[in-house]
Amino acid sequence: MSGASGGAAPRDAVWLVAQREMVSRLRSKAFLISTGILLLAVLASVLVGGLLSTGSTPPTVAVVGSAATVVGHADGLKAVPAPDSDAAERMVRSGKVDAAVIPDDSTPAHVAVIGRSGVPNSVVEQLSISPKVTLLEPSKQPALLTYLVALGFGLVFFMSAMTFGQTIAQSVVEEKQTRVVEILLSTISARTLMAGKVLGNSLLAFAQIAAITALTTGALLATGQKVLLTNLGPSVIWFAVFFVVGFVMIAALYAATAALVSRQEDVGSATAPVMMLVLLPYILVISFNNNATVLGIMSYVPFSAMVGMPMRLFTGAAQWWEPLLSLLILLLTAAAVIVIGASIYGNSLLRTGARVRFTEALRG
Amino acid sequence: MLELHDITRSFDSRRVLHDVGFGVAPGKLTGFVGANGAGKTTTMRIILGVLSADSGTVTLDGAALTASDRRRFGYMPEERGLYPKMRLAEQLTYLARLHGCGHVAARANARALLERLGLAERADDPVEKLSLGNQQRAQIAAALVHDPAVLVLDEPFSGLDPLAVETVQTVLKEYAARGVPVLFSSHQLDIVERICDDLVIIADGEVRAAGSRAALRAEYSQPRYELLLPEDAGWIAAEPGVAVVHLDDGYALFEASPDVAQRVLHAAIGRGPVAGFSPLQPSLAQIFREVVG
Repeated sequence: MSGASGGAAPRDAVWLVAQREMVSRLRSKAFLISTGILLLAVLASVLVGGLLSTGSTPPTVAVVGSAATVVGHADGLKAVPAPDSDAAERMVRSGKVDAAVIPDDSTPAHVAVIGRSGVPNSVVEQLSISPKVTLLEPSKQPALLTYLVALGFGLVFFMSAMTFGQTIAQSVVEEKQTRVVEILLSTISARTLMAGKVLGNSLLAFAQIAAITALTTGALLATGQKVLLTNLGPSVIWFAVFFVVGFVMIAALYAATAALVSRQEDVGSATAPVMMLVLLPYILVISFNNNATVLGIMSYVPFSAMVGMPMRLFTGAAQWWEPLLSLLILLLTAAAVIVIGASIYGNSLLRTGARVRFTEALRG
Repeated sequence: MLELHDITRSFDSRRVLHDVGFGVAPGKLTGFVGANGAGKTTTMRIILGVLSADSGTVTLDGAALTASDRRRFGYMPEERGLYPKMRLAEQLTYLARLHGCGHVAARANARALLERLGLAERADDPVEKLSLGNQQRAQIAAALVHDPAVLVLDEPFSGLDPLAVETVQTVLKEYAARGVPVLFSSHQLDIVERICDDLVIIADGEVRAAGSRAALRAEYSQPRYELLLPEDAGWIAAEPGVAVVHLDDGYALFEASPDVAQRVLHAAIGRGPVAGFSPLQPSLAQIFREVVG
């Protein structure tokens, strides 16, 4: 047998641990299935969004006699001439046209509209006279779209942080529960072990986000939503940058809190505070995506900046320097969290049995 | 030579180790013996750097241990454990690589060791699917897979079936024969007695005795002799310098200096035939009782 010569350098060891994490995750059926479901959900939401926005082809109307002049003035209607009212009515019944417009001198508009089952609002709107509307602060993006984008950012961060955070937590406790951690610690430092775990799971999370981004872009292009893609592009890139830093911070928190307990049954309660930190920005961004003050605060608080700042970039509310400042705050917080997390992790790994008290774990 | 110097360690206010010092010589099997809670596991954890000492040092060949020295150690913790869902050969390869072996060497080592321990057929099974006995062999393999330069094993024989005990004894002797310092703790004094060259006896966090087996025997127990006569042996109780331990018709077990024992033998021959006479080695259990008690 050929022996070890001086041992693996810490950097190699981090990578070995990361590799093991990734391989065991990629072999897990549960992981592959949940990733598949997530990707399908993203694809479906883009396609549904596409269908909603492309539903604006001009309605076709059957026109009779003098009504043709009235309809001719409306740009948004496609006129199909009909010989008389009965013929027009038949065309509506058969579904050939969305509505019929017939002359009717008893109304101020001199026309009457025939619909099938519901009032054909788009046709009526086109034939009505609207007052002039002036917006003082026009929003750059439509409200529904803003909501959907908020939901997208919020959900993607929440799902990834939850899934991979829980995975890290379970793998930390698995090592404690099976006691393999003592063999590991006799070989590599707790810091190296934690770094490897965070790295491995982060890489998987990033790969998942990359897959989601690629899928979204592809689907947007395929459904002809180029305009949305151009609007969304910069905020998605910023989202990715914030996500990378924010995720590593969350991962370190999951590792540290999970190290306090020794049994899988206790992982949930130990990591609950971290889950709240992940859940909160998701709830806030969904409830307050049109509230400038809340979004403004969110975009600087490190635990919600990864969702808040891209949202403000999307709605055009943020200045160019704001994401940079927020990113700096996030980086500093993440660094501090990782240092504290690593010390909690290292101090708790060999304490099995009862849950380690937070203050004890900090002191060592 | 692996040496501990004045290691002291407390948990909260309870002192668990007090100025613990001993050496583990290369090429020797050193047994580490003590009651539960005497401080064996804590000492071993400190050697491996899993736990830090409050004061004192651990040296290898005179130099303080570094992290990279320790990565060449083989360690079997008292609390056993491997990744339950990871395949056996893969897991051993992983551990060997963490210890610094190259990929090819790690795989070759793992395969060779599994062959050696009779686990070759199980190489691709997850550890949780192995029988209890095989899991213990796997645990031993985990301590050896990187071909360690120093071996520290906490209770390697506990819970092993007799066949596995044989295998592990042979493997440990092989390592010692190659010049590797081997330290192992055990409750099973008979095994320690059979295979150890050196002994360290610890009680209440203090080393009570340390040295070669023979030296400890000489130091800690009066030599004992057995005499077997066809007739009543009661007369030897009256011989000067003899302390009778047990007397039963023609059988006498007594403590005496070698000179006195020879005189008793001559006296016995003068009285008639002698069926048996032999010096008795004190058992480790006796020494242990004497040292600790």
